[in-house]
Amino acid sequence: MKATNLISLAVAGILAAGAAAAQSRDQIQVAGSSTVLPYASIVAEAFGENFDFPTPVVESGGSSAGLKKFCEGVGLNTIDIANASRKIREKEVAACAENGVTEIIEVRIGYDGIVFASQIDGPAFTEFTPDQWYKAMAAEVPVDGKMVANPAKTWADVDASLPAVEIQAFIPGTKHGTREVFEEKVLLAGCEESGALEAIQATGLDEKAAEKACMAVRTDGASVDIDGDYTETLARIDANPNGVGVFGLAFYENNTDKLKVATMGGVAPSTETIASGEYPVSRPLFFYVKKAHLAEVPGLKEFASFFVSDAVAGPNGPLANYGLVSDPELADTQAMIADEKSM
Amino acid sequence: MTDAAMPLAGPAPAKSLHQPDARTRKRNAAERRFRLYGMAAVSAGLVALVVLLTSILSQGLPAFQQTYIEAEIYLDPAILDPNGTRDPEEISKVLTFSYKPMIEDSLTSVAERLQGQGASELTPAMLAGMISGAANAQLRDYVLANPEEIGQTVEFEFLTNARIDQYMKGKVTRESAALDSKVDVAQLNAADALVEGGAMETRFNWDFITAPDASENRPEAAGLGVALLGSLYMMLIVLFLALPIGVAASIYLEEFAKKNVWTDIIEVNISNLAAVPSIVFGILGLAIFINWMHLPNSAPIVGGLVLTLMTLPTIIIATRASLKAVPPSIRDAALGVGASKMQAVFHHVLPLAAPGILTGTIIGLAQALGETAPLLLIGMVAFVRDYPDAPPGGLFEPATGLPVQVYNFTQRADPAFVERASGAIIVLLVFLVVMNLIAIILRRRFERRW
Repeated sequence: MKATNLISLAVAGILAAGAAAAQSRDQIQVAGSSTVLPYASIVAEAFGENFDFPTPVVESGGSSAGLKKFCEGVGLNTIDIANASRKIREKEVAACAENGVTEIIEVRIGYDGIVFASQIDGPAFTEFTPDQWYKAMAAEVPVDGKMVANPAKTWADVDASLPAVEIQAFIPGTKHGTREVFEEKVLLAGCEESGALEAIQATGLDEKAAEKACMAVRTDGASVDIDGDYTETLARIDANPNGVGVFGLAFYENNTDKLKVATMGGVAPSTETIASGEYPVSRPLFFYVKKAHLAEVPGLKEFASFFVSDAVAGPNGPLANYGLVSDPELADTQAMIADEKSM
Repeated sequence: MTDAAMPLAGPAPAKSLHQPDARTRKRNAAERRFRLYGMAAVSAGLVALVVLLTSILSQGLPAFQQTYIEAEIYLDPAILDPNGTRDPEEISKVLTFSYKPMIEDSLTSVAERLQGQGASELTPAMLAGMISGAANAQLRDYVLANPEEIGQTVEFEFLTNARIDQYMKGKVTRESAALDSKVDVAQLNAADALVEGGAMETRFNWDFITAPDASENRPEAAGLGVALLGSLYMMLIVLFLALPIGVAASIYLEEFAKKNVWTDIIEVNISNLAAVPSIVFGILGLAIFINWMHLPNSAPIVGGLVLTLMTLPTIIIATRASLKAVPPSIRDAALGVGASKMQAVFHHVLPLAAPGILTGTIIGLAQALGETAPLLLIGMVAFVRDYPDAPPGGLFEPATGLPVQVYNFTQRADPAFVERASGAIIVLLVFLVVMNLIAIILRRRFERRW
């Protein structure tokens, strides 16, 4: 009986401590995009080292999952910041508002490039254009006014300047924000560029359906969806000399001894070409802050402004060093946080 | 029916038993073949285990070593404590960025010393590029811990960055460095000169086990400290909740409950629960413990509760099996001399069943220790750098777990995290082996056979 008493006492003690812990929270909680995660963890580490506040806790899980958690409500048992590799959607703003998260501060931290790379000793994949990717990846292509299954088997079938090896592409799976960028900025752009969009519309589809057809990726094995992260893509490329993979610029820059990057439309990916907008495949990265939490969670405003300060997110800061393309309009973002201006 | 009239089933054996006939040979051959199959199965398993262990050990053991550059550093009071108060609060206002010039000065003296020894191409800037980004913070921590040493020159060991460390471990070569944007060949030459000059060495690294996780820019500083604490806290919670609840439930079901439809239903459900995928318990934990009970995110208490739910069926099944294995004569004897049912159970049956119960509990704990999926949903798959406090308060502070840390390490871009992931697996395996050993020892020492 003594043992049971002790246990119930312990359980009661733990629950009491829990009630106290739930009331106050010291550390900032962040969740969201796995693309933003490395940047957020670099900032969190530096923030914890240099400020009197505890190091923020950064979860990954994807942009959509993070924003869903973010929109669950206001209160200390919900997260303070959601990282996203895309802009928040109308639907998500509405879901947020429904749960009482009405004031959201949108912070753009910089840009991320998406690069196309292959094994360093593999075939000479050095120059790509969006229309080559469209022709290699499309599920169906228009031929003489009819949609037929993509006949291209090797890259040379697509364009004689490319190596005559089997098409084997490793692209991000549909749960990744990167996939959306790949579809819109590479496949759709290539579709338009090559005139295929008009040809598809000529087969009797309306514009929306034609665009959808442009972005449909073949499923006959030439293209493989990677649902994991870039380390998985790298492992696939390692095992497959003819493979071409889609990576983030930061990931590539950490693995330049294993990967060879190709130009896109004649522009080599680098922080400079992405910042100037010359390199076509890039996207902004964001984090979203709950304004209602600024007063509740100690250090939240400091963290947000530290994240976009020149020393951190500027061109010579640790984030740029890791591969982030710094935002030329950083000063506006800093001012926006200082004024706590919500969307 | 006479024996003589009975015809024999076949021809009488022509030879003695010492000379096997065709059918015996066939049966013997079948047995030999079966033994071969068995041996083949066992060796296939062993080969798989050996391959797994060698690949993990060969990749992971280097994680327990780290490369350091030793240098003397002058803790400049003009930078660290401009007002001369030696007040820890004043000193903590100096940010890590300010420590950089001091480190660079100290490296300049190392470079000059080595240049004197013949390493002519070694420049201070080259050395500064070889130091870990964590060095500033480490030095700051040291100064905050030892404010009285400001103004003195102290020996300090700086972590080198991951590329130099990987070079010392043979993972980065001159060929790969030539292609690598994060390191150049001259730095590798400088590293060789430093090793020759005795200023750099690779040695055992306790920090890998005790230090918290580090960001992607500093794989060399990442450790398992927070994950170990988080796993320990969760195991404590599972032990203190699942063992009493599981044993109480089993004793009631096995010894006191009437056998009827309801106990049958409960029994089927418990067996079913044991086979439910662990992620389902994570979803349950998110819904009940976080959204309804408002327990904090990423906290070991929630992880422990979820893992308790997951472990309970295992413990109940093991406990019931070991209670069943106690012969009824023990109960009958106790009841026969006038013990109440509860006395019979608690004084006689339970002690005899204890080794089996403990073994089941430890195996359940080991299973819970290696679980990642349920933790994903309750926010424990995260980047956490602050150690949680001691329990009970610390149970409510963010932490991660060992398998989570393995998962986190494998997702990172820098190749130096590969060895850290394997190193974390080694630590996890050591824990599992120790727990299973304890289970075996308990069973061997206390088991009774009838």
